Amino acid sequence: MTRYSAFNLLREGLRGHTGWGKAWRSPAPKSSYDAVIIGAGGHGLATAYYLAKNHGLTNVAVLEKGWLGGGNTGRNTTVIRSNYFYPESAALYDLSVRLYENLSRDLNYNVMFSQRGMVVTAHSDPEMEMAARQVNAMRLNGVDAELLDRDQVRKLAPLLNFRPDMRAPIHGGVLQPRAGTGRHDAVAWGYARAADALGVDIIQNCEVQDFIMEAGRCVGVHTSQGDIRAGVVGAAVAGHSSVIAKMARYDLPITSYALQAFVSEPLKPVLDTVVLCPPFGTYVSQSDKGGLVIGGGLDRIPSYGQRGNLPVQETVLAGLVEMMPALASVKLLRHWAGIVDVTPDSSPIIGPSGVDGLYLNCGWGTGGFKAIPAGGYLFAHVLATGSHHEISRPFDRSRFVTGHLIDEGAASGIAH
Amino acid sequence: MQIFPCPFCGPRNETEFHFAGELGKVRPATDEKIAAQDWATYLYAQRNDKGLVREVWIHLTCSELFVMERDSETMKVLGSRSLREDAQ
Repeated sequence: MTRYSAFNLLREGLRGHTGWGKAWRSPAPKSSYDAVIIGAGGHGLATAYYLAKNHGLTNVAVLEKGWLGGGNTGRNTTVIRSNYFYPESAALYDLSVRLYENLSRDLNYNVMFSQRGMVVTAHSDPEMEMAARQVNAMRLNGVDAELLDRDQVRKLAPLLNFRPDMRAPIHGGVLQPRAGTGRHDAVAWGYARAADALGVDIIQNCEVQDFIMEAGRCVGVHTSQGDIRAGVVGAAVAGHSSVIAKMARYDLPITSYALQAFVSEPLKPVLDTVVLCPPFGTYVSQSDKGGLVIGGGLDRIPSYGQRGNLPVQETVLAGLVEMMPALASVKLLRHWAGIVDVTPDSSPIIGPSGVDGLYLNCGWGTGGFKAIPAGGYLFAHVLATGSHHEISRPFDRSRFVTGHLIDEGAASGIAH
Repeated sequence: MQIFPCPFCGPRNETEFHFAGELGKVRPATDEKIAAQDWATYLYAQRNDKGLVREVWIHLTCSELFVMERDSETMKVLGSRSLREDAQ
C-alpha cells in the first residue's frame, strides 16, 4: 500500500499518477478464518480494522453481499455528534467522536471530519428549560455543550427564520461545538484500506445464505462463494439484521424502516454549522461541494424497499422551508433512502446474539454513521474476548428482558 | 401517494392509515406468573419479515383495525380484510 503523504502526492504528480496501486486487494475467500464479519459497511470494516489493530487478530474476513459501503454507510447525512442524555449513551457516542477526531491520522486517509458544531433549536420557554436540562446532562457526562439564546443562534445560523410571524419562533438552542460532518464514503474506504493493509480479506459480492451450525454453535457461513468456517462470526448488517436473525433462529426487537435524505443543487456557502429544528423534524448542513444535505424523520411504514415515500418528503421539505424560507426556491439534486434497524428504546444492540459463536452489532436506527468508530472498536472487543467492554455492556440485548432500557428517543428527543 | 384499501371505507390515501403491529401475537395469560423472557418476547420481539407480511393496521378516519397483506420490499398491497373476517 502506498502511504498518502505530501511527498508521495508530489512524486506521483510528477510521474502522471501511475504508481498509486489499489487501495485494497480483492482476494478469493479462504476456507476458514479466525473471525468472519458479515457486512462491509462502516461498522463491519471498522470492526475488522480494530480486531487487527487492537487485538492482533488478522486472519479475518469481511463479507459483503453487494459493494463495500453501498448500504447505509453511503446513504446517511454524514452528521457526527454525541448530544445524548443518558451516561451510557454519552460514553458510547463520545468515544466515537473522540475516535473520529483522530481518524484521518490513524487511517492515513482523510475522512474530512469538520467540527463545525451542531445547533438544536428551542422554540418556547418550556423548550428552553428542557434545553438547559440537556446541556447540564451533557456536561455532567463530560460532553461539550452550550446553551444559546436567540441572538447567539442568529449569529451562528443567520439563514434561520427569525421573522416575527414564524409559526414556532426561535427562543434559543443547544450547541455541541465538537459535532460536525464527515465524508461518509471516505470513512468506509479509509477503514477498508487500513484493515486490508493489516491483512484483513474484504470479499465483495459474497452473500451469506445460511449459517453452518454444529452442536448448537455457529461455526461458519454458507455463502454465494462457498462455505467459510469461522472461529467467531459477527453480524453488522444494519437494516437487514432481522433477515440474518431468521437464518440463525433468534429473535430481535427490531423493525426496519426506510429513512430518506435529500441533497440540493450546489450553492455558494450559506450555512457553516449543522442545524436541527425539532418542531419540523428537519435538519440541514452544507457539504463541501455546496449541496445542502437535508434529513428528517423515519418513514411511517415498515419497509425493506430502499426508496422513500411522498408524505415524509413533503413533511421534511415543508419543514425546511419553514426553518429557512430563503431556501424555498432551491432545487433538489437527488434524494434516496436507506433501511434502518429501529429498536424500542432507540439504542443499539451490541453483544451475543443468543446463538453460541454469533455476535451482533445492530439497532443503530437512524444514527449509525456517527457511531462507526465506537461500534467497530467495541464490537472488535466483544469478538476478540467473548465478553463486553464496559461501554458496550449496557447495550446487551438482555436489557429487553431485565427492563434496563436506554430510552434516548424519549430522553434526548432524538427520533431514532 | 400510495393508496391503501380499508375493508370498510374502500381505497384511501396512505396518510389516513397507521401501522399497528404484526398479526398473531398473543398476550401471555396474566392469571399466573409469567417468565421475564416470555414478557420480553411478547413486548419486543418482531418478525420484521422481508417480503410477504400480514399486519394489523388502523384506518384513522374510521378507527377500525384490520389486517393488511403486503410485500415489505416492493410495497405492493395484496389485500385487506377485517379482523373478524380474517379470524374465520
